[in-house]
Amino acid sequence: MVISKKPVRIILATFAGLLSSIAFANPVVDTTHVATAVTHEAHATTEVAHNEASHGDEHATQDPKDKVTAYIEHHLQDSHDFVFFSDEKEGKHYGFSLPVILLDNGLKVFSSSKLHHGEAVAEVDGNFYKLYHGKIYKTDAAGTINYDEHHHPTNVKPLDFSITKNVVSMLFTSILLFLMFTGLARSYKKGAIPTGFGRVLEPLIIFIRDEIAIPNIGEKKYRKYMGYLLTVFFFIWLLNLLGMTPLGINVTGNIAVTVCLALFTYFITQFSANKEYWGHIFWMPGVPVPMKIILMPIEILGTLTKPFALLIRLFANITAGHVVIMSLIAMIFVGKNIYADMPISLGLTLFISVIEILVAFLQAFIFTMLSSLFIGMAVQDHHHDEHGHEEENVII
Amino acid sequence: MEKLINDFSFGLFFWQALILLVLILLLVKFAWKPIMDSITAREEGIRNAIASAENAKKEMQNLKADNEKLLAEARAERDTMIKEAREIKEKMIADAKEEAQVQGNKMIEQAKATIASEKNAAMVELKNHVSTLSLEIAEKLLKEELANKETQTKLVEKMLDEVKLN
Repeated sequence: MVISKKPVRIILATFAGLLSSIAFANPVVDTTHVATAVTHEAHATTEVAHNEASHGDEHATQDPKDKVTAYIEHHLQDSHDFVFFSDEKEGKHYGFSLPVILLDNGLKVFSSSKLHHGEAVAEVDGNFYKLYHGKIYKTDAAGTINYDEHHHPTNVKPLDFSITKNVVSMLFTSILLFLMFTGLARSYKKGAIPTGFGRVLEPLIIFIRDEIAIPNIGEKKYRKYMGYLLTVFFFIWLLNLLGMTPLGINVTGNIAVTVCLALFTYFITQFSANKEYWGHIFWMPGVPVPMKIILMPIEILGTLTKPFALLIRLFANITAGHVVIMSLIAMIFVGKNIYADMPISLGLTLFISVIEILVAFLQAFIFTMLSSLFIGMAVQDHHHDEHGHEEENVII
Repeated sequence: MEKLINDFSFGLFFWQALILLVLILLLVKFAWKPIMDSITAREEGIRNAIASAENAKKEMQNLKADNEKLLAEARAERDTMIKEAREIKEKMIADAKEEAQVQGNKMIEQAKATIASEKNAAMVELKNHVSTLSLEIAEKLLKEELANKETQTKLVEKMLDEVKLN
């Protein structure tokens, strides 16, 4: 399988990493195909321009701005193969394929190399699949994709459980986290003070405990939630930082990932909530009965908006960071004067990258912080009852 | 929003949930629990060490205070001892002086008495001697006088005169 060539390609990838800006700005062929398809059908004006220059190289004549937009869009999405960079002229992709798992009348497992980055139709057990805009559609032998009036494909989408680039990244991160922290746990067996890398990790754990968990959840109950908070913090942080590398991974900027993370917090909050919490939601103490009825739906909605804010915040911040950095790098290729654009582009990219490293930590911190705050609200012993009585007395 | 919903991949969501769940369980079992326990144990140890150090300090202070008290006591005792010794010395000197005085006086008295008795004895002896001597002289004189009749008469007359005078 192609995966066996992985180590060689990882070395290649590190070389690519050194040429990160070039790797980012080199548009992948399949996206250009997509982009051309879009221009063909949606914009007649560009089609005219395209036809005029169609005798030349198809890719070279495409508007660089469209190419950049398509490339950024492609980057932000999950992908079925791990492409580090690609040669546009020869149509070669440097990276490795990943297994595709489809649930379509039984389990269909095949390598993503069959899909040829969306250029070819994969035939598996008599079924035909085609990659279009990062999603796998069921199609016929010719690879026809039908569109509705909004230019959305109407083909059947089989349930896709593929080990995608993001899944691989998450697995990689998980293994890294596991090795790092079991290492730290082991180092305590030798002595009370950790050695080596553990010295960096331990203050972070203590920081999460003393600055996030204890102030928000409380001295007595924080211990139960430390496992989740620590895992989520380091998981998000490491994935954010991984997104900053030239590997071109965007995990925490993927809506499915943030939805999952927020749902974890939501379920932990709801399942650990005590009587007072539910009392506050369904029958707010200390207010007149009509207000109680009005407040009930608001409070119920409030429990949902909290995790929703969590998932949108993380998603939007990371996505925005990726878009800004890629756009700044793309300035070099869009601008006419490379000597003038290059220093500006690189300077700004460096500046934003430094901010993004801060944001990577900050978003992990905020996610953990808010999670612990929500859990804290659900488990803390409220003293509102006394407070409510006082208020009642005042009203009377 | 429509794009977000379109981007939502159920497969990715499934894998993410699975990975996160397994990761949490594994890390809790193999990492967070031992790490948190170790950190808590260490902090407890540090707290205990500080407390015991504080206790030791307090004990030291107590000991020091005790020592000082002992020292002060010893000093006071020494002072009283010195004072007592001085008093005893003075008393001894005074006593000795007094005794010497008494003894001296006694000796002087004795000496005086001795001298007086010696003197008396000497006087008695002298008297005896004198009487013997005077008797002898008188004898000799009488022998001499009585050898001459005239003189004898004279003497008797004279003696008689003396008696008359008395």
